[in-house]
Amino acid sequence: MTSTLQPVAGRGRLYWALADCGNIVRRQLTHYRRKPVYIAWQLGFPILSVLLYGYVFGGAMKPPGGGGAADYRDFLMPGMFVMTMAFGFINTATAVVTDANKGVIDRFRSMPMAPSAVVTGRGATDVIIACAELTILAATAFVMGWRSDGGFLGTVAAFGLLLLLRYCLTWVGIWLGLLVPDPEAAGGLFAVAFPLTMISSVFVQPGTMPDWLGAVAAWNPISSTAAATRELFGNPGAGGGSWVEQHAVLMAVVWPVVITAVFLPLAVRRFQRLSR
Amino acid sequence: MDDWAVRAEGLEKRYGEKRALDGFDLAVRPGTVHGLLGPNGAGKTTAVRVLATLRRLDGGRAEVAGVDVARDPRRVRALIGLTGQYAAVDEILTGRQNLEMFGRLFHLGGRGARARAAELLERFGLTEAADKGVEGYSGGMRRRLDLAASMILAPRVLFLDEPTTGLDPRGRGEVWDAVRDLVASGTTVLLTTQYLEEADKLASRVTVIDRGRAIADDTPEALKDRVGGDRIEVVAADPADLAHVARAVARVCSGEPRVVEEARRVHAPVADRVTALTEVARTLQDEGVQVEDIGLRRPSLDDVFLRLTGHATEEEKEAVAV
Ligand SMILES: Nc1ncnc2c1ncn2[C@@H]1O[C@H](COP(=O)(O)OP(=O)(O)O)[C@@H](O)[C@H]1O
Ligand SMILES: [Mg+2]
Repeated sequence: MTSTLQPVAGRGRLYWALADCGNIVRRQLTHYRRKPVYIAWQLGFPILSVLLYGYVFGGAMKPPGGGGAADYRDFLMPGMFVMTMAFGFINTATAVVTDANKGVIDRFRSMPMAPSAVVTGRGATDVIIACAELTILAATAFVMGWRSDGGFLGTVAAFGLLLLLRYCLTWVGIWLGLLVPDPEAAGGLFAVAFPLTMISSVFVQPGTMPDWLGAVAAWNPISSTAAATRELFGNPGAGGGSWVEQHAVLMAVVWPVVITAVFLPLAVRRFQRLSR
Repeated sequence: MDDWAVRAEGLEKRYGEKRALDGFDLAVRPGTVHGLLGPNGAGKTTAVRVLATLRRLDGGRAEVAGVDVARDPRRVRALIGLTGQYAAVDEILTGRQNLEMFGRLFHLGGRGARARAAELLERFGLTEAADKGVEGYSGGMRRRLDLAASMILAPRVLFLDEPTTGLDPRGRGEVWDAVRDLVASGTTVLLTTQYLEEADKLASRVTVIDRGRAIADDTPEALKDRVGGDRIEVVAADPADLAHVARAVARVCSGEPRVVEEARRVHAPVADRVTALTEVARTLQDEGVQVEDIGLRRPSLDDVFLRLTGHATEEEKEAVAV
C-alpha cells in the first residue's frame, strides 16, 4: 500500500510549477467535458446577439461605409468575438468564487503543490476555453456568410488579439472572484459588463454616438480590439476619426498590457491576503 | 518537542480588533485522536487553519510533526491532511476524478495517483459511487470523500474541523468509523467539535477552548467527572412549584440542584440514574405537582463550560433569554 505513496522525486520547483498548472488545467477542462452545457451557456448570449442584431435590427442598422444587412453582419461579427472574450471574466470570477466558497482553494493551499498553479492554471484554462469558443463562434459566423479577407497572417493576428484580451481579463476575473461574496454576486457582474460592451464599437461605431459618449466608447479597451480585428479581418468599420481609433492594432496590444499590469498584482495580492 | 505530533505555545491570531487566538496552548501525542472542544466562535477553526499553514500567526510558535509552521510551511504541508468545516471537494468531478486530481497535485504521478485513488475509494466504501458526480453524493459520502482526499499522502497529522456538523446520525456514524480506522493505521488526528459526546466517543484527550484560550486539557472521562456525570432535569408546569421540585430533586441528587427560573427548570447531577428518575417522578406525583417534562441528560458542552468558566456558552445564554 505504501508503494503507491512515493511522491515523484528529483524535480525542481519550475517543473512542479508547470506540472501543477497542467493538473489544474486538466481539472477545469474535465469540468467542461462532464458538463459541455457550460460552453453552450457561455456561447448562448453572443450567438443570440448575432441573430438579434444581425437579422432583427440588421436591416435598420447602417453599416459603416454603406451597404445592407449582410454588410452590417460583417461589421458585427468581430464585435461578437470581442464581446464573448470580454464577458469571459465573469466566468473566471464565478469559477474562482465557487472554489473559494467550497474550500477547494484552501485545500489546494494546504497541499505541498506550487501555490502559483491555482492562479496560472486558471489563466491557461481560460485561454484554452476561449480558443474553443472562438472556433465555434467563427464557424457560426462563417455559416451566416461572414468571411475574413485578411489573409492567413491577418486572420491569425486578429484571433491572437482576441485571446490577448481574454487573457488580460482573467486577472480581473480572479481579482473579482476573490472579492465578491458568492457565485450569484459574480453572475451579477453581467449587469456591469453589458453596458460596458454597449458603450464601445462592438455594435455600432462610436462616430454615430453623441460626441462625449463617442469619445468614451472610442477609448473603451474593447473598442480597440474590435477595431483592430475588423482591420485585420478586412471587415468594414475599421478606422475612425480619433487618434485611438486610428491606432487600433497598437492599442489592442497596449490596453491588455496595461490591464494585466494593474490587475495581475491586485489578484496576486488578494490571493496572498487569504493567509492573513 | 519531538514527542509531540502537534505542539503550540502561546498562539496569537487577531482579525482586526478581535483576538481569535489569545495565548492558545496545545500538545497532541502521536497516534491519538485529540479533541478540540469549544462552542461556536471559540477559535477552533482559526487554530486549525494556523496549524495547517493557511493563516499566518501573529504570535507564539507551533510545530506540526516536528516542523515549525511559520518557518517551513511547505514541509508542513507534505506531512498533514486537512478537512475543513465544509467538504472541500469538486462537485462536478466524480469521486475518482477528485482523488486522482488531488493525487497528481500531491505529486504522486499519473499512475501513482490512479492506484491511490482506487485504494482510498475502497477503504472509504465509495467504490460503488466512484464514477458518479459528487453532486449526487449524500452528506456522509461527501465527508468520506473529503477525508479520503486529506489522506492521500497518509499524513502524519490529520486536522478535522467539525467533521460531523450538519450530518444526520448515519453520516455521523460513517465518519466516526472512518476516523477510528485512520488512527488504527497510525495517523494522529486533531478533531474539533462542539459536541462533548463526539469528543467522548473518539478522543483520548480533549482540550477545551474558550475565547481563543485553552481552559482545560484532560481525558473525556475526567472532564465529565468534573461536571458530575449525568443530570436529572425537571421542567415544572407552574413556576410556583419550582421550590417543590427542587426539594424533590435535592433528595436524590449527588450535588447542588440548579434552578433556572426563566425556563421553569431544575437540574442536578445524579449518581444512580434510574433510581433518581423514578424516585423524583413518584415524589412529584404523590405531592400532586404538575410536570411539563422530566428526564435524564448526559452532560453537554454547555455543562462543561459552565463548570469550567463560570459563564454559559452564547447559545445557552440565548436559550435562557428566550
Ligand atoms: N476572517 C475573519 N475575519 C474576522 N473575524 C474572524 C475571521 N475568522 C474568524 N473570526 C472571528 O474569530 C473568532 C473565532 O472564530 P473561529 O476560529 O471560526 O471559531 P470556531 O471555529 O470555534 O467557531 C470568532 O469570533 C470569529 O467571529
Ligand atoms: Mg469553526
